[in-house]
Amino acid sequence: MDRFKKKFCSFQIIKGGKSLNIIEVKNLAKSFDDFKAVKGISFSVEKGEVFGFLGPNGAGKTTTINMLTGLAKPSSGEIMISGHDGIKDIKKVQHVIGIVPDESNLYDEMSGFDNLVFCASLYGMKKEAREKRAKELLEQFSWDDTGNRPFKAYSKGMKRKLTIAAGIIHDPEILFLDEPTTGIDVESARQIRRMIKELNDNGTTIFLTTHYIEEAERLCHRIGFIVGGKVIKVSGVHELMNEAQQENVVEFRTDSNGIELKKQLVSVFPNISIKSSTNHSIRITSKEPIELMPFMKFFEYEGIKISETKIIRPSLEEVFVKITGIEIDKLKKEKEGKKK
Amino acid sequence: MNKLMAYWSILIKDMKNYYLKPPNISWGIIFPISWTLMFFIKSNSAVDIREILPGVMALSILFGTTSMLAVTITFERKSRSFERLLLAPISLNLLMLAKTTGAIFFGIINAFIPVLFASFMVDLSGINWLITFLGVVMIAVTSTFLGLFIAVSVSEVFEAQTFSNFFRFPMMFLCGLFIPIENLPVFVQPLSYVLPLTYGADMLKFSINSAGSISLWVSLLVLIGYAMALFMISTHNIKKRWIY
Repeated sequence: MDRFKKKFCSFQIIKGGKSLNIIEVKNLAKSFDDFKAVKGISFSVEKGEVFGFLGPNGAGKTTTINMLTGLAKPSSGEIMISGHDGIKDIKKVQHVIGIVPDESNLYDEMSGFDNLVFCASLYGMKKEAREKRAKELLEQFSWDDTGNRPFKAYSKGMKRKLTIAAGIIHDPEILFLDEPTTGIDVESARQIRRMIKELNDNGTTIFLTTHYIEEAERLCHRIGFIVGGKVIKVSGVHELMNEAQQENVVEFRTDSNGIELKKQLVSVFPNISIKSSTNHSIRITSKEPIELMPFMKFFEYEGIKISETKIIRPSLEEVFVKITGIEIDKLKKEKEGKKK
Repeated sequence: MNKLMAYWSILIKDMKNYYLKPPNISWGIIFPISWTLMFFIKSNSAVDIREILPGVMALSILFGTTSMLAVTITFERKSRSFERLLLAPISLNLLMLAKTTGAIFFGIINAFIPVLFASFMVDLSGINWLITFLGVVMIAVTSTFLGLFIAVSVSEVFEAQTFSNFFRFPMMFLCGLFIPIENLPVFVQPLSYVLPLTYGADMLKFSINSAGSISLWVSLLVLIGYAMALFMISTHNIKKRWIY
């Protein structure tokens, strides 16, 4: 019933075209002695959305999450979460949020089931309700042994899934996920992404940090970029892509030599430029939108067969590099190294 | 009610995970047995056994409680599972009470193992059991909170053990457990009265052997004061160091 309400409520918000901010952060700052880890950031998260928080290592992501969840005290600024003051009433906030840290931190000696039941008890859930919910979650993750093994005996991927299950055992309004798929197998990562999507479809607001840019692109509605303790951009994923698309790019795969074709195309279409050409493909770019029909007619006239035409759009990865100035490979290596 | 449920769950979890594990049960039994045997073997008569009983009880509590806190707090902090508790919607005071209640129980049980052994060897009649139990509880509470203070002041389990010894071993010799305070060098005696175990041991001496030298009420108040101060300093340190 509660989940139905959550879903229904988030549907109403979208239907009404109005947005309701479930997280509001204003001028939030955190200093450690002379070092300013977070420098007066402001952003908001809408109810029912998946909000990605991206940035390189040391940018202030974890410090921000810690301040939002009550594990760190802000030096200054304001936090409002689900109508509660996130600094003065942090215990009220902690009732409505679920937290999945970047490390699977359940109790090694306890079974998966017992871990879930214990976590539910911290939120005041009654015995019957918490056992029922734990069984539901174990079924959802298709656990074949009903979570009877000690936590330490599970694989990395299963530990991660169990940690997420512990984060949602009390059915929170907002779920904070810190690097949920880092260092786990492909299948587990896919399952976790599917689960995040389902949770969001059921009305849970998700605050996600990840260094897998493709994951953020696939899951997030909006993204905030933090670099050097400052939020430098908050925008919808599609808006970010469109902004990044400074020129239009189309690629044709042909049966003829692309290098020779390049000369012909430039003479017929003077407004375009050709970025790259190989033996069987040619990529054209233009500041103006590219109409495909004249090109198709040209190819037909010249007797050139086209096997594939692709409109090339920028990826979020390119957007990230452009905004933060950090190469993705470097970011991944740093993060994986840190995990080991 | 919800808060009590969380308190109870943390206590039961710690009991199952730490206190009722075979190594701890054996530690809880072997340690007091070792102390008991060490002093009993040395003793020549039955009277000696009863005389050293308060000291053995106090040491069993002190070592049992301070050792456990290093595991239940420092180890969980290190493995980051303690964060889960800090992020739960319960107050820090209640959380720390839940984390320490198990150690207090453990200390109380430890205290009565030497009593059990002594009961087979000497006549224990005439002991004021109510004051003995009160003394045991007060030593268990202050020792546990001393363990808490140590556990939140360090980062590693081995640091907690080392730091604990810094308090435990001087207490063994300075608290009048086996050497009467008045027999200590004059310049050391004030130090004895700074240590909380002096007052707990004196309560036990009074109740077991009618030999206490400090007023019962003074001992009780000093121990309550120590317990409150250590608990408040510990929670303050947690707020400062862990909720940074």
